[in-house]
Amino acid sequence: MAVTYSLSRPAAALVAVLLLSFGSVAARHIEDQAEQFFRSGHTNNWAVLVCTSRFWFNYRHVANTLSVYRSVKRLGIPDSHIVLMLADDMACNPRNPKPATVFSHKNMELNVYGDDVEVDYRSYEVTVENFLRVLTGRIPPSTPRSKRLLSDDRSNILIYMTGHGGNGFLKFQDSEEITNIELADAFEQMWQKRRYNELLFIIDTCQGASMYERFYSPNIMALASSQVGEDSLSHQPDPAIGVHLMDRYTFYVLEFLEEINPASQTNMNDLFQVCPKSLCVSTPGHRTDLFQRDPKNVLITDFFGSVRKVEITTETINLQQGSEIMESSYKEDQMDEELMEPLKYAEQLPVAQIIHQKPKLKDWHPPGGFILGLWALIIMVFFKTYGIKHMKFIF
Amino acid sequence: MGLLSDPVRRRALARLVLRLNAPLCVLSYVAGIAWFLALVFPPLTQRTYMSENAMGSTMVEEQFAGGDRARAFARDFAAHRKKSGALPVAWLERTMRSVGLEVYTQSFSRKLPFPDETHERYVLGEWGVPGPRKHLGGRGLGWVSPWRVSWGQEAQWEGKSLVGIGGLEKGGASASYHSYTEVPPPYCIQMVSGTNVYGILRAPRAASTESLVLTVPCGSDSTNSQAVGLLLALAAHFRGQIYWAKDIIFLVTEHDLLGTEAWLEAYHDVNVTGMQSSPLQGRAGAIQAAVALELSSDVVTSLDVAVEGLNGQLPNLDLLNLFQTFCQKGGLLCTLQGKLQPQDWTSLDGPLQGLQTLLLMVLRQASGRPHGSHGLFLRYRVEALTLRGINSFRQYKYDLVAVGKALEGMFRKLNHLLERLHQSFFLYLLPALSRFVSIGLYMPAAGFLLLVLGLKALELWMQLHEAEVGLEEPGGAPGPSVPLPPSQGVGLASLVAPLLISQAMGLALYVLPVLGQHVATQHFPVAEAEAVVLTLLAIYAAGLALPHNTHRVVSTQAPDRGWMALKLVALIYLALQLGCIALTNFSLGFLLATTMVPAAALAKPHGPRTLYAALLVLTSPAATLLGSLFLWRELQEAPLSLAEGWQLFLAALAQGVLEHHTYGALLFPLLSLGLYPCWLLFWNVLFWK
Repeated sequence: MAVTYSLSRPAAALVAVLLLSFGSVAARHIEDQAEQFFRSGHTNNWAVLVCTSRFWFNYRHVANTLSVYRSVKRLGIPDSHIVLMLADDMACNPRNPKPATVFSHKNMELNVYGDDVEVDYRSYEVTVENFLRVLTGRIPPSTPRSKRLLSDDRSNILIYMTGHGGNGFLKFQDSEEITNIELADAFEQMWQKRRYNELLFIIDTCQGASMYERFYSPNIMALASSQVGEDSLSHQPDPAIGVHLMDRYTFYVLEFLEEINPASQTNMNDLFQVCPKSLCVSTPGHRTDLFQRDPKNVLITDFFGSVRKVEITTETINLQQGSEIMESSYKEDQMDEELMEPLKYAEQLPVAQIIHQKPKLKDWHPPGGFILGLWALIIMVFFKTYGIKHMKFIF
Repeated sequence: MGLLSDPVRRRALARLVLRLNAPLCVLSYVAGIAWFLALVFPPLTQRTYMSENAMGSTMVEEQFAGGDRARAFARDFAAHRKKSGALPVAWLERTMRSVGLEVYTQSFSRKLPFPDETHERYVLGEWGVPGPRKHLGGRGLGWVSPWRVSWGQEAQWEGKSLVGIGGLEKGGASASYHSYTEVPPPYCIQMVSGTNVYGILRAPRAASTESLVLTVPCGSDSTNSQAVGLLLALAAHFRGQIYWAKDIIFLVTEHDLLGTEAWLEAYHDVNVTGMQSSPLQGRAGAIQAAVALELSSDVVTSLDVAVEGLNGQLPNLDLLNLFQTFCQKGGLLCTLQGKLQPQDWTSLDGPLQGLQTLLLMVLRQASGRPHGSHGLFLRYRVEALTLRGINSFRQYKYDLVAVGKALEGMFRKLNHLLERLHQSFFLYLLPALSRFVSIGLYMPAAGFLLLVLGLKALELWMQLHEAEVGLEEPGGAPGPSVPLPPSQGVGLASLVAPLLISQAMGLALYVLPVLGQHVATQHFPVAEAEAVVLTLLAIYAAGLALPHNTHRVVSTQAPDRGWMALKLVALIYLALQLGCIALTNFSLGFLLATTMVPAAALAKPHGPRTLYAALLVLTSPAATLLGSLFLWRELQEAPLSLAEGWQLFLAALAQGVLEHHTYGALLFPLLSLGLYPCWLLFWNVLFWK
């Protein structure tokens, strides 16, 4: 029995379910599978992969990005749905003793450059402005299609960034930087412009956790290679090439991703376990409070792959109209049908409620009167010591 | 707030400066010296660290294995050189071409102001024919280059001196190795000409916009052939690698630094020293870094690194850090100033050993000589250092492969550079190879010394000023000044004569020795180099006779005011000069300040004049040079006898003048035009009548 899932019109996505019954397996089990099947509400996948570092000694950042590129491509996202930004060309760098390759493993074990890398933004095109324009879609009309992020409100987007960063910023090419606030605002714009359904943000840089702590838009899951105050470290020193080939976090993420195939049922919780402190030296962090679903129900392939929902089953599945799954997956549709008054897109999720989940304590300030009193005391002591006539020395 | 405009406070301040002047001066001087000595202790001296990202680790693979090849090249080179008697240009060209370089030659010639006795760079006899030279009692050729002796190599040094004396007999033979096409006129006999050979290894996949240089200077004696061999073997190895992003220039220069200077001037298309040379046919972009190599044996026990360049310029500290990291990686024994680095910095021994190294560095930097051919690169802001292979009596020896690997690693890391070396310090002192003192920490030492001059000048100024206002305020002058005749202000006119005369003496000292050498050689039985040195000393000593001249010229009614004004001017002049020197070449400034400041502060025409006079003579620039030579050899644990010291002193004078003319070293003009006249002013003050 085949279950096909129409990808074409999300708003009118009435699922065509054909069930053919053959054996006598427990119906409950089949329904679990079906539940898995409808977990994600996305119909297409996009990836924006950014390396912000130039220069030969930053070989590892290019290798990081290319390794993620390799994985997402292998798992099914086509080049037309990947925006790859590489600030430098390591494969053709004259210092590269192995031209036209970028290795992620020592001893030339894994060449992540491959045969068909399609770099959309390269060298000096990798700027903060271009990156934000790609995210928010505010691109000049002449921009070719390959340089655009043409996502919609049913898109799951993977955003991977690597480079040199600090507390609250990521450096672009030694000349400018993007702050975590700018990034958070860009994601909010994307949300308001209905440019994503769910967003997975991964960053491998020093103090990477600082980059996602200002996010406030819904449906964002974020991972970082290190906590605030920590450095992310490099891995795979290769004397023949003369540089470090990868950063630790991405190296282990790549190892993890190499095990994934389009049918894998590995979920996000497994990704969170990648590169524990014993391997990474830094402490990888993740943030899920903005995300609506439970990470254990989110497949890796929801973001890293472009998996068409096709499943062959021999069982009959009875889908109840009012079931939990349907409700959560198609909340918008139901609302549209039930409440005739249109809601603004941005209000559809309790964003404000999410943001204020943990209200931050304000920094303590001494009361105004205290400062004033201190000044008065200083002035009093001054006059006691020098007398009023010395005022002329001050003014 | 009104500290200087309030008359009451001002008087109090003046009283403070006047009354506490002597203790303040002593305190400041002692503080300066103590600060300098404290530089070797850990809070002030720090560990070196690599600042350049692109050269961050030693993580490159050294594959050089051409030790045999290097030795074979060296043997061939030495044989060809012996056969032709000069640099075997054709052989070098052929060999470089055979390893796959783009080869070019450059011929140059340079007229020396007078023959270079230490390097035996005179060519033809007195009258245009090769022949033995006139000299005084066998002294001339016995001079040994004062700064170039390697440490722990007494034996070699002795050998060198023997070679020098041997050259006495075979003057004609040593003269013959420079080829001349035309017979020079009688007074153009100091022409040196030679040929540089260089090969460019083009980076296979990069534009020729940047380059690195590996250079081997070849002198007239047959040393450094192993360095040439290693250079060729490295060139052959580098040719086989494809990862070069910068062109690499392999340069073999003739006549040591003269060739290097000629090549550098032609490369940068400038002419700063009057060198005549053919233009370069091949270039390779801006030179990012250069390494000079000096090796005279097949095995070495240690590598010594020299950083001090022309006029005390230093390469970026990162280059030295790079060398040091590869020393550590290869397990090489590396020395600085011939001293091993102390291991233990917590006890007193380490810092004391560091102090010796530091003092050696200060002396070498103060000399302003290029200590190796890297020194000339620094003028063009090309970071460079010289590596010298030392072969002493240690047990463990390294072969050329180990040295080659270190060089390969350094070049590969330099190849990774993306911009000029600029991240680390340019101004530093080194108490050990892995320790440095930054400019911010050593400058106060010179500052304290110069403060003495400032305090003294302030005191003199106040005394002069007080004398003027003294009659109006009878109560406020408790200073040591005797009541002065009230009639005149300090006429600037009275200062003009001594200033002019001493400056004229300086000018004479600068110009006459070289200008008058031919007159001297015609009238006295001396060679040109000796004539220059002896004229130099004669004019220097003649300056001491000055006070008797000037006091007749100057006619002031108030002698006390006169000398005070003169001393005030001299103090300010000295302070300004030393301040400027200390900024550009700290070592020289500090050395001169240490010696000149006390005598300058004490000089006055009253009190124990003979004592002051002796002190002044002992701290005059020439005496400082002599003392530095003794200290230098003492620190190298090769103490000098008095006679040797004197010979060394004469040779150093000749070299100083020669280097000014050939390379543009500034020590000679600085001393003769700046500090010597200034010192004469103090001499003048001392003998004021």
